[in-house]
Amino acid sequence: MATANIEVSETPLVLYALRRADDALILGHRLSEWCGHAPMLEEDMALSNIALDLIGQARELYSYAAKAEGGDNDEDKLAYLRDVRQYRNLLLVEQPNGDFAQTLVRQFFYSAFADLHWRAMMSSRDTTLAAIAAKSEKESAYHLRHASEWLIRLGDGTEESHTRAQAAIDHLWAFTGEMFAVDDGERALIHAGIAVDPGPLRGRWLQTLSDVAHEATLILPQNDWMQQGGRAGRHSEHLGHLLSELQSMQRTFPGLTW
Amino acid sequence: MVTVLDRDSELRRRAWDAAASVVDPEIPVLTIADLGVLREVVLAGDHVEVAITPTYSGCPAMNMIALEIELALERAGFARPKVRTVLSPAWTTDWMSEEGRQKLRAYGIAPPQASSSRRALFGEQAVACPQCGSENTELLSEFGSTSCKALWRCKSCREPFDYFKCH
Repeated sequence: MATANIEVSETPLVLYALRRADDALILGHRLSEWCGHAPMLEEDMALSNIALDLIGQARELYSYAAKAEGGDNDEDKLAYLRDVRQYRNLLLVEQPNGDFAQTLVRQFFYSAFADLHWRAMMSSRDTTLAAIAAKSEKESAYHLRHASEWLIRLGDGTEESHTRAQAAIDHLWAFTGEMFAVDDGERALIHAGIAVDPGPLRGRWLQTLSDVAHEATLILPQNDWMQQGGRAGRHSEHLGHLLSELQSMQRTFPGLTW
Repeated sequence: MVTVLDRDSELRRRAWDAAASVVDPEIPVLTIADLGVLREVVLAGDHVEVAITPTYSGCPAMNMIALEIELALERAGFARPKVRTVLSPAWTTDWMSEEGRQKLRAYGIAPPQASSSRRALFGEQAVACPQCGSENTELLSEFGSTSCKALWRCKSCREPFDYFKCH
């Protein structure tokens, strides 16, 4: 690896933008792995389109984080020149694609949250965050509808698709708690009217999940033990492999542009 | 003084017209003025700065559009023009001009329905076929050939068509 990692001065605002940017970039990259491999052409285009939306959201948020930091970093450096431990995304979004059901359940859990989160962020006192949210909430609404419709088809489909969808829900459930966790820095931003408090969103998130699960004849787990660590840079083994692919060009040819 | 103002407004109009002539590389019948992407043209002396607003977060056409604006302004005689992106207020398909909607329809793309509220996103959609005008249509895929479009089919004339989604 030819290029050193950058340093990021993680003020609460920088960290807040970075966490949301990392969620969007990593999930967008995961979805892009389906490009050319999805079960049908329409789905190949759908997953690639959703990936594009997410990477676009990430770009806006990285640019904002870099501006809030006020140093030499920019969107590309933040994406390409941070190592695993510097990434702040949810563990959920870095989980491998698995089968189609696992990809869709991961997307459903995240989109159901992102939809509520962006809508709440539209009334942030920070005008840039509010503007990014105003665009992202419509995109998330489309993503949620897409994932919900698929989940109903998989759950209420064949025995095979039902079994796989239920297995994906059971497998990914423990990664959902992290979406609603808040640290002290973020708590202060919430009080200042800048950040969204995710805690109160959990009830509506659960309602969306149970409505869709009911129609899909799927069951949401009752256990509430949750895995955490992504927000603080403690990741599963999967993220490093993802980054080695995402970053390989910039690490090999520093400063490369298209 | 009056002549200075006249000269400035004339220059500004020329800059606006040059920028407004740039078309969307993916839907070349629409100019950025039709789309509502062109927000502002500011003159400082002979220097011109154009503000545009991004459409979809990940739309790859935006980089191309920014470059095309710079080239169009240079061709119109403005040295080193600058293109700035403004995020707020966020672009919506409601900003598309009526003329733009008609051009889209004539091109074979169903234009976005007015009012990009969540109701429009999730309510009953009745998208008229741009070929025959029938509302007897159905959604084939939520995500089409570009991030702004969905794929539909007309059940009357049997033609598939693109629909420019509400945003």
